[in-house]
Amino acid sequence: MADVMLEGARAAAEERSGPGAGASSGLARTLSVKTLSAVITLFVVLIGNFFLFRVLPANPAKNLTHNSTLTAKQLAAINKTFGLGLPLPQQFWNYLVQTFHGNLGRSFVNQLPVSQLIGQAIWPTVLLVGTSTVLSTVIGVWIGIRGGWNRGSRFDRSSTAFVNVLYAMPDFWLGMVLLIALAGKLALFPDGGMHSFTGGGSGLAGLGDLLWHLTLPCLVLTLVYLAEYSLVMRSSLIDELKADYLLTARAKGLRDDLVRRRHAVPNALLPSITLIMLNLGFVISGAITTETVFSWPGLGRLSYVALNAPDYPTLEGTFLLFSAAVIVANLIGDLLLTVFDPRVRQA
Amino acid sequence: MTAGTATVTPRALARARRRAAIARFWREFRRDRRGMTGLIILAVMIAVALLAPVLANSRGLNPIFATATPNSGPSLHYPLGTDSDGRSVLTELIWGARNSLLVGLTATLISILIGALVGVVAGHFGSTRATAGRFTDNVMMRVADWFLVVPFLPLAMVVARTIGPSLGVIILVIGLTSWAGTARIVRAQALAVETRPYLERAKALGAGHWHQMYRHVLPNVMPLLLANTILTVAGTILAETTLSFLGLGDPIRPTWGQMLGAAYSYGVGTGNVVWLLAPGIAVILVVMAFTLVGHALEAVLDPKLRER
Repeated sequence: MADVMLEGARAAAEERSGPGAGASSGLARTLSVKTLSAVITLFVVLIGNFFLFRVLPANPAKNLTHNSTLTAKQLAAINKTFGLGLPLPQQFWNYLVQTFHGNLGRSFVNQLPVSQLIGQAIWPTVLLVGTSTVLSTVIGVWIGIRGGWNRGSRFDRSSTAFVNVLYAMPDFWLGMVLLIALAGKLALFPDGGMHSFTGGGSGLAGLGDLLWHLTLPCLVLTLVYLAEYSLVMRSSLIDELKADYLLTARAKGLRDDLVRRRHAVPNALLPSITLIMLNLGFVISGAITTETVFSWPGLGRLSYVALNAPDYPTLEGTFLLFSAAVIVANLIGDLLLTVFDPRVRQA
Repeated sequence: MTAGTATVTPRALARARRRAAIARFWREFRRDRRGMTGLIILAVMIAVALLAPVLANSRGLNPIFATATPNSGPSLHYPLGTDSDGRSVLTELIWGARNSLLVGLTATLISILIGALVGVVAGHFGSTRATAGRFTDNVMMRVADWFLVVPFLPLAMVVARTIGPSLGVIILVIGLTSWAGTARIVRAQALAVETRPYLERAKALGAGHWHQMYRHVLPNVMPLLLANTILTVAGTILAETTLSFLGLGDPIRPTWGQMLGAAYSYGVGTGNVVWLLAPGIAVILVVMAFTLVGHALEAVLDPKLRER
């Protein structure tokens, strides 16, 4: 696979230094180069995916059929159906065409199209990850600002210690401990899933039921994510503390909290905000384990079940989607940073 | 060479200077209380891992020899209770320390070797004006970017599943997918080192690329690399825990992640709660210890960070 990656990267390098790139203006050029490089990264993921599932296994047909014993005739039939006997470039082309048409194959487990499975699982994940990202950002940034501004205070010391423990904690372990303590022993919360077995009712009752199920997994992800946000916010605020413009603001006679709110925080906020975008890869790994622990019917659980079945088409589909999501999020983060921070444009 | 002071050879001088530098480093490190806490925790953990055969009979890991009541709470004979196969959780925890640390350290070694190689080579050739050098740098950094962008866990899951789950595969997968950050940091430092006059001197004296990189760039990147290595171990141990939890480990050689995975699959909350708590706390302690030591090292190396 290394050769494949190198090939894509070489292409990326050529594109960057290629002719015509210097014609447009600075910002537009940076933006287009970054977009192009994201597209190429995505393409390399496609190539990698193709090799990983179709070329690397010694006998893909066996892989595709759970290693069951096959007659030569059956093997030939499978090779024909999946186009495995074709020359590699032909196979790759077919794969690309199928993928771009949204055809990701059928699950080995229940024969449903993978795209349909993903379509069903995507909204629970968006709900869970979205809610916890918003919460962890707000809380994490708040902790970071409060701790960083009064560095060495009791709040700072205890919050830093707390956040460091959270940072070292496997998210699924926290999930299991909360599950046993709050859902098992005390029965305050449901022990997993997204709705009650009765369906949870309709309208407001249904919404309440959903929120009740959402609480624990959301709490776990929020706690795990906020660790990093608060650490980054704290250290970027500390970086700003010695800046001259803060001295100026104080010399003007501004109150301490105005200096913080109007001058220091906006400047320190930039790295944290972009970090949220750049962090989606990390967020996804949290979603996989947390959804598994709480039986949350999202993409993470889908990929866990596919991993252990093993259900290769589904695993491949979720991997492709995760990669695409992270690449796009990285691109957005990168672009935001380029637009808002002129210093990045220079580099 | 030996004119005047006959006993002092250049080698002895260099050795004495290095000893003094290490002593100075240690004096500063010792003052960092959090770093020392981490170091003590690590020393205990590593001692447990090394002494595993003395502390707990490895026969206790084999379910065939396990005769205790499965999934029962702590007792006099089984201080941390038993798992679903009736094995002592304490025995598993001790041997888990051995395997978890082994995976963490080996994966880190792979990751750091690749990261340092890519970083130094890219930084060295990237600083030259030749197009071939620029090109090498560009290609290497695009590959690193790719590894930075593609989400680690799904990638590791896919690779480990297609190759087949085992401890070796986990080590390789973690090592091969986590070097990109190190490469970036090392390259930045190497670029800074490349502008120093002593490299110009080396070049003027006819030093080849290898000599420049090995004798001049690498030693100057080394301190940074050391701190980065320690911090990487924390990450690889967490990664191992997650992958093993998801069922990609080697069932015969228990790691902490695998214990957590088993506790999740076979009876979490039905009997022995310690079975779930103990490995988790062990992971937190080790990861925190590595993080504390790593940050303390960084602070000694970079005084600007010390005020944090």
